[in-house]
Amino acid sequence: MWLRFVLAAVPFALILGAIPWVNPYVLGLPFLLFWLSLSIVVTSACMAAVYRLDPANREEAEQ
Amino acid sequence: MIVSLALMALTLGVAVYLGIRARGRSAMSLERWAVGGRSLGGVFVFLLMAGEIYTTTTFLGISGFIYGNGGAAYYILAYVTLAYVVSYWLLPVLWRYAKEHGLVSQADFFIKKYNSRGLGVVVTVIGVAGMVPFLVLQLKGLGIIVAEASYGAVPSSVAIVIGGVLLTGYVTLSGLFAAAWTSVVKDILIVIVVGFLGIYLPLRYFGSVGDLFAAVEAARPHFAALHTDNLGVSWYISTVVVSTLGFYMWPHLFAATFSARKESTFRKNAVVFPLYQLFLLFVFFVGFAAVLAVPGLSAGQADLSLLRLAKESLPPVVIGLVGGGGLLAALVPGAMLLNTTSALIANNVYKPLRPGADIGRVARLMVPCVGVVTIYLALNDGAAIVTLLLLAYALVTQLAPALLLSLLPKNPANSWGAGAGMLAGTGAIAYLTVNGLTVADVAPFLSPVLLHLNVGVLALVLNLTVLALVTLATSRRAPALSPEGTA
Repeated sequence: MWLRFVLAAVPFALILGAIPWVNPYVLGLPFLLFWLSLSIVVTSACMAAVYRLDPANREEAEQ
Repeated sequence: MIVSLALMALTLGVAVYLGIRARGRSAMSLERWAVGGRSLGGVFVFLLMAGEIYTTTTFLGISGFIYGNGGAAYYILAYVTLAYVVSYWLLPVLWRYAKEHGLVSQADFFIKKYNSRGLGVVVTVIGVAGMVPFLVLQLKGLGIIVAEASYGAVPSSVAIVIGGVLLTGYVTLSGLFAAAWTSVVKDILIVIVVGFLGIYLPLRYFGSVGDLFAAVEAARPHFAALHTDNLGVSWYISTVVVSTLGFYMWPHLFAATFSARKESTFRKNAVVFPLYQLFLLFVFFVGFAAVLAVPGLSAGQADLSLLRLAKESLPPVVIGLVGGGGLLAALVPGAMLLNTTSALIANNVYKPLRPGADIGRVARLMVPCVGVVTIYLALNDGAAIVTLLLLAYALVTQLAPALLLSLLPKNPANSWGAGAGMLAGTGAIAYLTVNGLTVADVAPFLSPVLLHLNVGVLALVLNLTVLALVTLATSRRAPALSPEGTA
C-alpha cells in the first residue's frame, strides 16, 4: 500500500518539487523541456508499477 | 483559397454526417443523451477524453502562449500529467458512487453527497460559469482558423457566428454518440496535421529541433525556460496545482467519467494517458519556430502564430487540411461543452422549479440559448485563448475542496459551508479578473516569492476558510446536512 503512494509521489517530486533546480540541451531540447518530457515517461512507468501492485486490478482480472 | 475552404467544408460535412448517423443508433432519453447509457468501452472513453484534451487550446492556444511567454507554456505538459496520477484514485471512487446511485451529472453527485438540492444549483451555476469561457475560447479559435485558412475571405467575426450556429445545430441533432464518432475523425486528422507541422516547420526554417532552440536562445536568452517574475517558478507551481485540482472538476469530464463500463478503465488510462502528452511537443516546436519565423505579432495576435507560420510555408491544399483539423478541434469539445451545459441547466436548475416538465426537451431547447450567449461573448471578448483557459480552470477548481472533503470517511463539511466556500472562491476569482488584479495587488505584504502565485490559490484559501467558518457556525445550530460521508 505505502509503496504505491511512494510511486505516485515521484511524478509530483519531478514535475513540481525539482523545478527551481532544473529551470545543457538534451536531445536538442532545452533542459527544462527535456526534464518535463522525461518526467512524463517516468510518470507512466510509475503508474504502470502502481497498477501491477494494486490488488483491485488483480481481483477484477480474476473475475 | 477556394481549395482550402473546400477542404474545410468537406471535413465539416463528414463530421455532421457522422453526428446524424450516430443519432439513429440510440434512444434519446436524457440519461442516454447525456452519458451514452454507460455503454461506451475503453477505446471510446479514451477517444472522448483525448477529444476533450486536444482542443483549440492545443492547436492554437499553446503555440500562441509560447509566442508571447516562452517556457511558461510548459505548465500545460505538467498539470495534465499530474491530473492522470490523481485520476487513478479519484475517478473509480466517483464512478462507483455514480453507478450505485444512478447519477447523471456532477451536480447530482453533490446533491447526493450533501443531501442538498440548493448546493446542486450552486454547483451547476459554477460549472456553467466555468464552461462558458471554455466554450468561448473554442469559438474564438474556430473564428481564427476559418479566417486564416480562408486567407481572409471569411472574416473572423462571420466565422464565429457561422461556427456557433453549426455547433448549436450539431448538438441539437445528436448527443454524446455523435461526439464520440466525430472524435475518431478529429483525432486521426489532428495527429497527422500537428505531427507534420511540428516536424516540417522546424526542419524547413532551422534544419533541426536542436538548431531551432539554439536560435531562440541566441535571439531571446532564457526564453525557453521560466524567464520572467510574473510567469516564474512560483506562478508555474501554483498554476499546475490549481489546474491539476480543477482537471476533473469540469462538469463535462464528470459526465464522460460516468460513461465508462468498468472502473479499471480509469486505472489503465492513468498509465497510458501521460505518454499522450508528449504529442504536445510538436505544438511547442511550432510555437518556438513562429517566434523567429513570423516576428512582430502583437500580444492580441499571438494565437494566430501557428496558422501564420503555416500559411507562409505551405500550399493552400495543406492549409485546408490544417484548417479542417483545427475546425474539428473546436467542434468536438465545443459540442461536448454545449451538450453538458444545456443538460446541467435543464436537470439541476429547471427541473427543481418544474418537476413535471420534459427535461430532455428542455435540455435540447437550452442548446440554442447557450449558443447565442457564447457567440455574443466570443465576438466581444479580447482575451487570448490560454488566458480564458486559466480563468475557466480557476473557477471550476473552487468545486474541489467540497468534493474532496465529501470523499473522506467522515465529511467535516456541511452543505452550507460547502456552498458558501464555493461562492466565496468564485466571487474572488470574478472580482480579481474583472478588475485585472493579481496576488501582488491584493496582498503586497506577502514574501516576494508568493507575489506571483496563480490567483486561483488565493481563491482556494478563501474558499476553505469560509467553508470551515460557515460549517462551524451552522453545525452548532443544526446537524450537518450530510448523512453520507463515505464514498
